Amino acid sequence: MKIVAHFEIPYYQIVNEEGKITSDVPEFAKDPDHLIRLYRVMILNRLFDLKAIALTRTGKLGTYPSARGQEAVFAGMGDAIEKEDIFVPYYRDVGTLIQRGVKLKEILLYWGGDERGNAFECGGKDFPYSVPIGTQMLHAAGIATAFRIRGEKRAVLVTCGDGGTSQGDFYEAMNVAGVWKLPVVFVICNNQWAISVPRSQQTASQTLAQKAIAAGFSGEQVDGNDVIAVRERIFLALKNAREKNEPTLLEIVSYRHADHTTADDASRYEPKNQRELEWKNEPIARLYTYMTNLGMWSKEKDQALNEECAALVEQSVQDYASIPSVSPEVMFDYLYAVLPEAYKEQRDMLIKRGESAHG
Amino acid sequence: MAEITLVEAINQALAFEMQADPNVVVLGEDIAKNGGVFRATVGLLDKFGPERVRDTPLAESMIAGLSIGMASQGLKPVAEFQFMGFIYPALDQIINHASRMRHRTRGRLSCGVVFRTPFGAGIHAPEHHSESTEAIFAHIPGLRVVVPSSPARAYGLLLASIRNPDPVIFLEPSRLYRWAKQVVPNDGKALPLDKCFTLQVGMDITLVTWGAMVKETLAAANRLAKDGISCEIIDVATIKPLDIETILASVEKTGRCIIIHEAARTCGVGAEIAAQVAERGLMFLQAPIQRVTGYDTIVPYARLEKIYIPSENQIIETVNKVMEFA
Ligand SMILES: Cc1ncc(C[n+]2csc(CCOP(=O)(O)OP(=O)(O)O)c2C)c(N)n1
Ligand SMILES: [Mg+2]
Repeated sequence: MKIVAHFEIPYYQIVNEEGKITSDVPEFAKDPDHLIRLYRVMILNRLFDLKAIALTRTGKLGTYPSARGQEAVFAGMGDAIEKEDIFVPYYRDVGTLIQRGVKLKEILLYWGGDERGNAFECGGKDFPYSVPIGTQMLHAAGIATAFRIRGEKRAVLVTCGDGGTSQGDFYEAMNVAGVWKLPVVFVICNNQWAISVPRSQQTASQTLAQKAIAAGFSGEQVDGNDVIAVRERIFLALKNAREKNEPTLLEIVSYRHADHTTADDASRYEPKNQRELEWKNEPIARLYTYMTNLGMWSKEKDQALNEECAALVEQSVQDYASIPSVSPEVMFDYLYAVLPEAYKEQRDMLIKRGESAHG
Repeated sequence: MAEITLVEAINQALAFEMQADPNVVVLGEDIAKNGGVFRATVGLLDKFGPERVRDTPLAESMIAGLSIGMASQGLKPVAEFQFMGFIYPALDQIINHASRMRHRTRGRLSCGVVFRTPFGAGIHAPEHHSESTEAIFAHIPGLRVVVPSSPARAYGLLLASIRNPDPVIFLEPSRLYRWAKQVVPNDGKALPLDKCFTLQVGMDITLVTWGAMVKETLAAANRLAKDGISCEIIDVATIKPLDIETILASVEKTGRCIIIHEAARTCGVGAEIAAQVAERGLMFLQAPIQRVTGYDTIVPYARLEKIYIPSENQIIETVNKVMEFA
C-alpha cells in the first residue's frame, strides 16, 4: 500500500475574539479608514436587520432572514470584490448587496413582496437572490465560463449556506469549475444551521471546505467573525481566479444569532444557551475592540456611527413606504421581451381589474 | 371531539398509519425535530423515533431517490418537500423512476411512495413558494396526483395514498392548512382515491374544482344561491387518474360546466377536463365550457398574489355569463 493523495485544510484568522492579532495583519487592514468602512457596513447590516424584523411584525414586510452574527461575511465579501466582477448572492445578504450599489429600499421592496426589488437601480449584471437552494452555484460557473470564453480577467463570487452544500448543484458547479479552470470563488456562509438541521446532520465530513479537494482545487476555512480575515482571504481568492483561473472554496465559519427567518422559531430546536455561548465570538464587538485598542475608535465615534446608520435605515423605510404601488397588469411585464399576442387578453383583464379595484 | 385543521389532519393520518404499519417511514427537510415548517409532522419524532422519522440533508433529488430505493424493499416512505417550488430537483427521480418502476420491471419492483408538498399562493410567502404546478405531475403516466380540500378529506385521502401501492403526489393547499376546522375521527378510515367528491348538489351548473379554490367556489355558490342559481360543486380530489364519470353525470344533469383552478391557464388540468367533457358530453351542454384560472404568468410576489388567485367575483361573473348564454 502507498498513499496516493494528501490534503490539508487551513484555517485563517487574523484577529481573535479578544481583539488580539493571531497572524500577520494584511496591508489594507493597516488603514484605519478601511477598517471603519468594514465596520460601518456591519453596523448598517445589523440595524437594518432589526428594523426589517420589526417591519414583519406589523405586516409591512413578509418573511425576512436576518444576518445577525454573520455580518462580517457580507461586509468582507462586498469589500473584496471588484466592480467588474459578478456577484451571485443567496437570500441572507444585505451587506454585500449594498456595497454593490443595491439600495436598502430595494431590499425592503423585495422582502415586502414586490418584484421591483430585484430591478436594481444601480444596473449591472449581478444576480438577484437565489431562493431555490444551491441552484446559483451553477449560474456562477456559467458566468465564469463566459469570462473564459471572452478572455476577460474578471471573477465570479457566489454564496450559499452550509445546508446548500448538500445539493447536487453545489458539487456539479465545483466539479466543472475544477475541470474547466473557471475564475469563480465559492463561498459557504456556514452559520451552523439549515433552518432546524445542524451542520453535523448535513455532512459527516470534518469541514465543508474539504469538499473542494474532490473537485481538484483548494478549500479553506476562515473565521467568519473576523472581518479582516474574511476580507483578505476572499480578496486573494478573487485575485487568483482573475489572474490564474483558479477556483477556490471558502468556508466562512460563524453562527446564526437569529431564527432562520421571521417565519421560524429556533427555540424548538436550538439548544438553550448556545447563542449566548457563541455571542462572545460575534464579529462587531471583535472589530470594535481591535480598533479601540489601537486607538482608532472610541465610544463616542461608535455612537455617532450608530446614529448615522440608524438614520439611513429609517430613511430607507420611508423611501420604501413612499414607493407607489403597482397596477396588477405588471404581472405580464417582463414575462417575455415582447408579450405574445396570446396573453394580451389576460393582461387587459388585469387592467380592468385594477381599474375596478381603484374605482 | 375537538375540531382540527387540515394540517392537523395530515399529522393525525401520518401518526395513525405509522402506528398501524411499521413500514411507514417519514422523511424530509426539517420534519423531525422541528416538526415541519408548517407543523405537519410535529410530534412524530417523539412517538416513533429517529429511525422512522428522518431529517434529511438539504437535497430534494436525494429525498426522492432515497424514497424510491426504500419503497423497492417494501418500506412505505412518506416524503415531504418543503414547498412545491423546491420539488423540481426531484423531477428526474419522480418521472424517470418512481412513475415507472412497476412498469419497467413488469411488476417485479414497485414504488409505493407518497410525496407530500404544500402548494399554492395566498400565504404571503417569498418567491418560488406559491406556484401550483400540479399539471406537470398530472401529465406523467404512472403517477397519482391527489389534492385534499378539507381536514376530513386530507385525513382520508392521505391514509389511502399511503396504503396505495403506487407513487402518489399528495398536494396540500397551504392556504387551507389552517382555514377551516372540522371534527375528523381518528378511525383509520381511508377515503377512495380516483374519485371526485360532490360537495354540493345543484341543478343549474356544474362547478369543477380542487384544492384551495374549493374555498372561493363554495363562497361563490353560496352567493349565487341567493340569486336562485343552483350550483353543483365537484371537488376532483384525485386529479390523476381523473374520475370523468362523476363530472359527466353532473354535466348531463346541469348542462353547464365551469372548471376553476388556481394554476396558470395554459395546459392546466382544466384543459384536460374540458377536453374530456367536450369529447363525451357535448350533447349535454347548453353553453360553452368555461375556465376560471390563474393567469399565464409567474405567480406574483406577495403584494399581487391576491389578484392572481381567481376570486369569488370572477367565478360569479363567469357563472352568470354561462347562465345568460342559455
Ligand atoms: C431547493 C430548496 N429546498 C428547500 C428550500 C427551503 N429552505 C429555505 S432556506 C433553507 C435552509 C438553508 O440553510 P443554509 O443553506 O444553511 O442557509 P442559511 O439559511 O442557514 O443561511 C431551506 C431548507 C429552498 N429554499 N430551496
Ligand atoms: Mg446555514
